[in-house]
Amino acid sequence: MSIFVHAKKRVSRFLSAFFRKRRSRIGIYGPPNAGKTTLANRIAKDWTGETVGPVSEIPHETRRALRKQDITITGTNGSTITIDIVDTPGVTTKIDYKEFLEYGVGKDEAILRAREATEGVAEAMHWLREDIDGVIYMLDSTEDPFAQVNIMMIGIIESRKLPVIIAANKIDLPDASPQQIRNAFPQHPVIPISCTAGSNIEELYEKMVFHFG
Amino acid sequence: MQQGVQINLISEERLSRLTSMEKIHLILDDVREGTIVILEKGLDPDEQSKLIEMTMLEILPDGFNGIEIETYPSHEETPGFLRRLLGQRSPARLTVIGPANQLRMIRKDKDVISAWVSTR
Repeated sequence: MSIFVHAKKRVSRFLSAFFRKRRSRIGIYGPPNAGKTTLANRIAKDWTGETVGPVSEIPHETRRALRKQDITITGTNGSTITIDIVDTPGVTTKIDYKEFLEYGVGKDEAILRAREATEGVAEAMHWLREDIDGVIYMLDSTEDPFAQVNIMMIGIIESRKLPVIIAANKIDLPDASPQQIRNAFPQHPVIPISCTAGSNIEELYEKMVFHFG
Repeated sequence: MQQGVQINLISEERLSRLTSMEKIHLILDDVREGTIVILEKGLDPDEQSKLIEMTMLEILPDGFNGIEIETYPSHEETPGFLRRLLGQRSPARLTVIGPANQLRMIRKDKDVISAWVSTR
């Protein structure tokens, strides 16, 4: 191989390594039972045919951050983004194992779930400070968006200068008020969706391509 | 023996002399003992993030089960264009923190936090 060809290959490798965009890690954050795993599963299913994790009505079903890699989302104008989706445990400032007993879980299992949930929330906070490039903040449109944990989390995300989209989930329910979420966080894009009914998910994908691209 | 709840009001001046981790340990050590902590000036976002993380690591079955925390909304809910551009946020205001099994927030608005505290 001539010196010229060898040098050209080395320069090419250097330039591609320098300019190649790393896959963005997009964290799905929010309070427990907002529908984070349902959304992660829908995104993964729509674009890769696979799911991320199990869903249940019991709070803190997701107790470890779950990652689905290499999801390429294409917008209507042909633009694409390739992301890793990180589904995180519901963020809270308190966890009592007795809450799980109300769902028919035995005491030992409830204590184990609570311990895993506390570790999962701590891990999710650590991820947010170190390893996340953008956030979908998931809220239940039937709940009060002014809860302190939401105010704190949005403040933390803003302080890290991470791009954020707020997904106002469960708009299929009669008490849903996505407008209240818009009023609470007017500085961020709010997309009303229903993960279970599949409503308005396309608009969320468009916003993701635009916002995280 | 007298029943009651201890409340520690910590001044902005005292807080300004502490590092982030010292603030978090001060809060959690007090709250774990059943004390209500009132900070004259709230924590910054990074400290709030670490407080949530450290709180989770302290939770024990049939013991400490976390914190209740409430802050007045910032004076400026929607920062102006220039502040957003410069990434400036309004400083956090007075903050109330207590054990989750003793402190329950009843109502919060722009300038009033109404809370109910029970003895252990």
